[in-house]
Amino acid sequence: MSAAPIYFDNNATTRVDPRVLEAMLPFFSEQFGNASSMHAFGAQVGGALKRAREQVQELLGAEFDHEIVFTGGGTESDNTAILSALETQTGRNEIITSAVEHPAVLALCDWLQKTRGVKVHRIGVDAKGRLDLDAYRKALGPKTAIASIMWANNETGTLFPVEQLAELAHEAGVLFHTDAVQAVGKIPLDLKNSEIDFLSLSAHKLHGPKGIGALYVRRGVRLRPLIRGGHQERGRRAGTENAPAIVGLGKAAELALQYMPEELGRVRELRDRLEQGIVARIPRCLVNGDISQRLPNTSNIAFEFIEGEAILLLMNQHGIAASSGSACTSGSLEPSHVLRAMNIPYTAAHGSTRFSLSRENTQEEVDRVLAVMPGIIARLRELSPFWQDDAPASAEFKPSYA
Amino acid sequence: MWEYSEKVKDYFFNPKNAGVLENADGVGDVGAIACGDALRLAIKVDPATEVITDARFQTFGCGSAIASSSALTELIIGKTIAEAMSITNQDIADFLGGLPPEKMHCSVMGYEALRAAVANYKGEAWVDDHEDGALICKCFGIDEGYIERTVRANKLTSVEQITHYTKAAGSCGTCTEGIEEVLHKVNAAMVSEGLLSADEAFDPATAIRPVRKNKTKTSPLAPQGAPAPKAPLTTLQKIRLIEKAIADLRPYLQQDGGDCELVDVEDNKVYVRLSGACVSCQMSSVTISGVQERLIEALGFPLRVIPVPAGATACA
Repeated sequence: MSAAPIYFDNNATTRVDPRVLEAMLPFFSEQFGNASSMHAFGAQVGGALKRAREQVQELLGAEFDHEIVFTGGGTESDNTAILSALETQTGRNEIITSAVEHPAVLALCDWLQKTRGVKVHRIGVDAKGRLDLDAYRKALGPKTAIASIMWANNETGTLFPVEQLAELAHEAGVLFHTDAVQAVGKIPLDLKNSEIDFLSLSAHKLHGPKGIGALYVRRGVRLRPLIRGGHQERGRRAGTENAPAIVGLGKAAELALQYMPEELGRVRELRDRLEQGIVARIPRCLVNGDISQRLPNTSNIAFEFIEGEAILLLMNQHGIAASSGSACTSGSLEPSHVLRAMNIPYTAAHGSTRFSLSRENTQEEVDRVLAVMPGIIARLRELSPFWQDDAPASAEFKPSYA
Repeated sequence: MWEYSEKVKDYFFNPKNAGVLENADGVGDVGAIACGDALRLAIKVDPATEVITDARFQTFGCGSAIASSSALTELIIGKTIAEAMSITNQDIADFLGGLPPEKMHCSVMGYEALRAAVANYKGEAWVDDHEDGALICKCFGIDEGYIERTVRANKLTSVEQITHYTKAAGSCGTCTEGIEEVLHKVNAAMVSEGLLSADEAFDPATAIRPVRKNKTKTSPLAPQGAPAPKAPLTTLQKIRLIEKAIADLRPYLQQDGGDCELVDVEDNKVYVRLSGACVSCQMSSVTISGVQERLIEALGFPLRVIPVPAGATACA
């Protein structure tokens, strides 16, 4: 590996922007005060937190800065919103979500179903990953506590029409939450003109630090805190504020807004160049997801008849980082629930590879990836029993499955 | 990213015996639906001696699936069918310098493929009865299927029994709740099948109680039975005792493919070298503290066990 490594896994996490780091550093040293303290040490920090809240407010297009509650990350935000909706509305004990949510929502729903008797409606998707709107409408009812549907899917980048979904929820008197961890910073948001009640975001997906996120709670919406013990965040999230991280999130939000045209322009063009280049160079590969409604940075490509972890290992040898929907790349051994929900055939689902770009990527990097991918795919297909002589093997390979 | 041994990486990046075997005598096609891996193993057999003269594989699977398929071919070529059939998953994993516990099923697949290929060579029908499930204990790579079979076969009704029979939860213990869930489910099924009486079955409601550590084993006030203060040990006596304690421990480590040897003793510091499976084992720090506990027990005074990397001397 001689050339510089190429990072195409920005939906997993992003590099902290140097300007974000610079903004954070004083809050570890000179400005170490506790924002709650009366003295000048505390006051300085209090001012910085207020500024960060405004920066996040601006990125989200929220009406008020006090609608932003800083949390420990996207997962905590998701948990807070969903558990709060159940607690504040007695008699409503059903949740609507999608089959393709992040585990931060799905695993929580599974647990609520198992231990608290909560009824969970998991709305399915079609082969392109689009939500079944009819099923969503039908599931909304007087027992629904909250509908929680992600804004953008982390694996395919497919966007859900959450503004419309929020309106439908409100027509049925149901609170609406969206896990927007992948959408925030990649597409323009305008929450003040939407009906969305709760929105989760995470700093490390937009070149901010890890371990910090926020929950947007629309003014007037009830919120039962997940963590009690102090007056911080107006009593909505107790615990001394993680000042350096909050300042980092604020700066990252400011930069994300500043770079939004680039995200929608240059990053999208790079993604398209990569995707079209791969499809043109490699036989038997399919683009997963709804390509007309998609994040500008994400491309999920299924290479048929081979397995994703093997692809990633060979890419890693060339210094290229991406990720896979394959079973073997997760600890669980389960193939991606997103691709399964889309009914992607399993020989394709296991070879699905996600390329997720950011503003830090270049055309030179895209071209380097395009140069090596055909060789990697051909080499693994040569090893595959499903592939023979540059074509899918005839139906004779029918393994017996345990 | 998984932590693969250098040998796994080598067998993945440069697999041996990959591809189609023309005029194969036996072919085995198997797959594991849980992880989507699939493997074709083809063998050539000398009918006079039943020696496997050649073997090739084709694998749809992850890095360790490809590496273990290739390792399997290397292990069986030149062996008789009977010898080859005695190769276990652990042999394949050992050949590769160990596999992450989550990846042990990759070597299981090779083991199954060999059985299928041999059956095909002998013209027999082969039924895959291998079944696994979600991985429960990550320390020892114990899956749900194995726990269920063990619980059923031995009528187990407590987590402690499962630990004794399978080792699951025997190390970090964080999977205890997962094991309780399986145990509860299987016991309930056994009760309804009439294999177990309801009052014997595991009841999760009574299983959880806070455990208090025993701080003192005997009361310091107890006048009788208190051992007379021992004369301090000589260095030689100390080393002999340590040697004996380690020798007593070694069979347990060797059972798991590891080993431990005494390198040096300096005051209350005991330098040991772990080898074999212990080296790559993520639980090696647990092993070290286990060794330390046993030594303290055997010698009756506190000491520290310090691991020395292979090849290094103690007090550099």
